[in-house]
Amino acid sequence: MTCMLVSLSGLAEAADAADAQRQGSEAIKITAKRFEYSPNEIHVKKNVPVVIEFTALDRLHGFVVPQLNIRSNIEPGKITRVTIVFPDAGTYDFHCDIFCGDGHEDMTGKFIVEE
Amino acid sequence: MPICRREFLKLAGLGSAIMVLGSRGLLQAAGGEQAKDDFFFLQISDTHWGFNDPAVNPDSKGTLKKAIAAANSLTVQPDFVVFTGDLTHTTDDPKERRRRMAEVKEIIGGLKVRDIKFLAGEHDAGLDNGEAFQEIFGKTRYTFQHKGVNFIVVDNVSDPTSSIGDAGLQWLQGELAKLDPASRIIVLTHRPLFDLYPQWDWWTRDGSKAVDMLMPYKNATVLYGHIHQEHHHMTGHIPHHAAKGMMLPLPAPGSVPKRVPIPWNPAEPYKGLGYRGVTAKAAKGEYLLTEYPIVKGV
Repeated sequence: MTCMLVSLSGLAEAADAADAQRQGSEAIKITAKRFEYSPNEIHVKKNVPVVIEFTALDRLHGFVVPQLNIRSNIEPGKITRVTIVFPDAGTYDFHCDIFCGDGHEDMTGKFIVEE
Repeated sequence: MPICRREFLKLAGLGSAIMVLGSRGLLQAAGGEQAKDDFFFLQISDTHWGFNDPAVNPDSKGTLKKAIAAANSLTVQPDFVVFTGDLTHTTDDPKERRRRMAEVKEIIGGLKVRDIKFLAGEHDAGLDNGEAFQEIFGKTRYTFQHKGVNFIVVDNVSDPTSSIGDAGLQWLQGELAKLDPASRIIVLTHRPLFDLYPQWDWWTRDGSKAVDMLMPYKNATVLYGHIHQEHHHMTGHIPHHAAKGMMLPLPAPGSVPKRVPIPWNPAEPYKGLGYRGVTAKAAKGEYLLTEYPIVKGV
């Protein structure tokens, strides 16, 4: 699976939302708190830049999409923007990768990518 | 005290034994260390003191005590016991965290063997960078030597990003630099140093750097916990052995969509729980792992 990363580094960095907005994408707002993302199932189109605006409601969380090698910290008190382009239709799981307590393993979600 | 063949067979009969082949003959070939006595220690992991879900373990307050009683009944006592992390189940309350730590430490004090080594798990240290653990149990990274084997305790849990961190890696490099490449090394840690299943936090983010540091050492072995099941893996010539837990068994990596504890089965109580004996056979450079159940026959 090839992937259009927002960075050429081995681990994709969070991208500037302005870049994505110039491409006509709308921001999807996701909150993160122990132990859930809300929403945690997001439907998007393939090959369309998706700008996600994360807000951590309680503490530092992580966001990682293993299939795309994309991750970001989500810090409380600020909006964290991540832009993703999904190259193929399908399901892309994401989860929190910063230990945040008893229930950390439940902090997951998925992108449903449509044609 | 070296273990005689009769006692070894008796110990092996209590559990399943795996012969781990180390770098046979390396000590002689390298002309390094002189032969040392064989010795025996126990690895106990993931006691998760404070966990309470009868559907997973209706004997949450008794399992560890049973294992301690079984260990105390061994005819040949281990030279020492090492606990490879998650001594307590995580809690947001710093006072409760300390209470659990003090309580489990007191219970573990019931072991006959007095030399006990503690490692932190992310449940112990991940929410406060190891502060409470260090107050009650001591350092989260350290070394010790025993009969010619160099033990290195690596902390990959105090950083909640599942990392050893730059300071920890620097420390590890420094400790390894003191050792000859032929030295016998056992790394004790909580999380796997390799990418076993990162989606379930069964990895160490910068673990590959630690493994790279170990590669020049021809007689290194890693013992760890975290995944609550026996698992064996090689990175090059370095074996990595995960131990079972003492409270809540977990499924095989990726076998189910979510990492949820395996429910208790009354027909097979304590199934999936246990602890490990490690016999170091100095002359052959081998370690024999014996997996002990909580209850015989399960």
